Amino acid sequence: MAEPFLIGEGMTGGYGGADILHGCTLAVEKGEIAVIVGPNGAGKSTAMKAVFGMLKLRQGRVRLAGEDITALTPQARVMKGMGFVPQTHNIFTSMTVEENLEMGAFIRTDDYQGTLAQVYDLFPILKQKRNQPAGELSGGQRQQVAVGRALMTQPSVLMLDEPTAGVSPIVMDELFDRIIEVARTGISILMVEQNARQALEIADKGYVLVQGANRFTDTGKALLADPEVRRSFLGG
Amino acid sequence: MDILNAIVALLNFVIIPGAAYGAQLALGALGVTLVYGILRFSNFAHGDTMAFGTAMTIIVTWGLLALGISFGPLPTALLALPFGIGLTALLVLGTDRLVYRFYRKVKAAPVILVMVSMGVMFVMNGITRFIIGVNEINFTDGERFIINAREFREATGLAEGLAFRTTQGITLVVAVIAVAALFWFLNRTRTGKSMRAFSDNEDLALLSGINPERVVAVTWIIVAALATTAGVLYGLDKSFKAFTYFQLLLPIFASAVVGGLGNPLGAIAGGFVIAFSEVTVTYAWKKVLTYLLPADWAPAGLVQLMGTDYKFAVSFAILVIVLLIKPTGIFKGKSL
Repeated sequence: MAEPFLIGEGMTGGYGGADILHGCTLAVEKGEIAVIVGPNGAGKSTAMKAVFGMLKLRQGRVRLAGEDITALTPQARVMKGMGFVPQTHNIFTSMTVEENLEMGAFIRTDDYQGTLAQVYDLFPILKQKRNQPAGELSGGQRQQVAVGRALMTQPSVLMLDEPTAGVSPIVMDELFDRIIEVARTGISILMVEQNARQALEIADKGYVLVQGANRFTDTGKALLADPEVRRSFLGG
Repeated sequence: MDILNAIVALLNFVIIPGAAYGAQLALGALGVTLVYGILRFSNFAHGDTMAFGTAMTIIVTWGLLALGISFGPLPTALLALPFGIGLTALLVLGTDRLVYRFYRKVKAAPVILVMVSMGVMFVMNGITRFIIGVNEINFTDGERFIINAREFREATGLAEGLAFRTTQGITLVVAVIAVAALFWFLNRTRTGKSMRAFSDNEDLALLSGINPERVVAVTWIIVAALATTAGVLYGLDKSFKAFTYFQLLLPIFASAVVGGLGNPLGAIAGGFVIAFSEVTVTYAWKKVLTYLLPADWAPAGLVQLMGTDYKFAVSFAILVIVLLIKPTGIFKGKSL
């Protein structure tokens, strides 16, 4: 089998001090959705940040399309086609929706009007509110701005850190629908989710992390069907 | 009752001087607020940056006059202003390279940067005095008045004269142009928007590929332009003395804080709030009241709340009150 499009392999490290990740491996194929779930403090977000280069790895490598990017800074990884949506503080609150998207396209030197139109097609509400400060939007709309901002670089991989944190179940379903749509355009999605059951339903691949290491890895459907995973992590 | 004369007296002694002083403070406070919003510290060296910029402009003005170049009815200093801005930009960019960049690299706490800027303040102050001296310098030339008090009295027949000095008119016009240009830059250009993004959310700005060193450099150049313009306008309107500019730091900071640190609109509003407070509290209201009140009600004293020597107490009191009651200022501070 060929190597996955993006892979963080055997990652060990932390924010200085004790290690949080212990030989954790995450991978995502082109155009697929990989979901990281697990209990609180399992190192889900840390694992994803490690893939994005936001913490120093003591061991392990990260490869994107076969290229070793372990030593690159997050900014350099953005240039390589990785998009990252942090869990909090993921929009410019004092700037308008459209300015947020423009800042997303900051590194692009070509005309980004086409991408802007695509983002507006994906999130029609943003087009309506394009001239409103992003800080005035609702939680779900802010997440759409955050995802839209990351899409403006036309990334090949989009990493989402708990995109549905703090939004209502209806908005969550809608956000998941949008994420599936994004994946269908060929963008790989790697996301951390608190709502494990719903997230695994849309996942091509699921990773259950416990204490910074892989516990279960399978397709989303298989994990949902696995009695042990259900009992331990999905509440029955 | 003599309402017309009262209005003229009020315009002459309160509104026109207050507006001109307010515009000068606003330009100064804009510089402070930009540094605070983007570099995230209170720049105590701002007053001395203004002094240095003005000193450079004065030297270039002398040079131009020596070459026989003047600006007709307008002060020659306006021609020299771009050169002053350029030299000041070099100074602050050099300072940033030599001093501030190191503290940015080690991610020093804002309070450390404030102390550092105090050191920079003393050095800049020294450089300015060394170059141009400590004496008071008048460098205004050209036409002195737009409206002359005597001519106004003769033309209108009123007892009160109205004087509108050229420097006051220039202050207001230049301030409007500078503010409009700044807001156009911040809201319409890619670089300006990236500065606002950097001020709003530094981490996300970095993730978006915004180059922090470039944002910082552009900020310093704009700050140099604003500081020099403010300093030259103040110097034209009053006179230049290095020490006065150091003292201006208090009303300028008060303006920025009253408006909301980091908020450019707030800096402008704050400038006028402070200027008018200073002018109204230290103005002797006897004349205006005498015109307005019935003859036997006319006040015997000066009706001056505070002597002009205490004008700094006004900014200081406002600063303290704002920090106690509404620390974020009139406009919500801490973002551009």
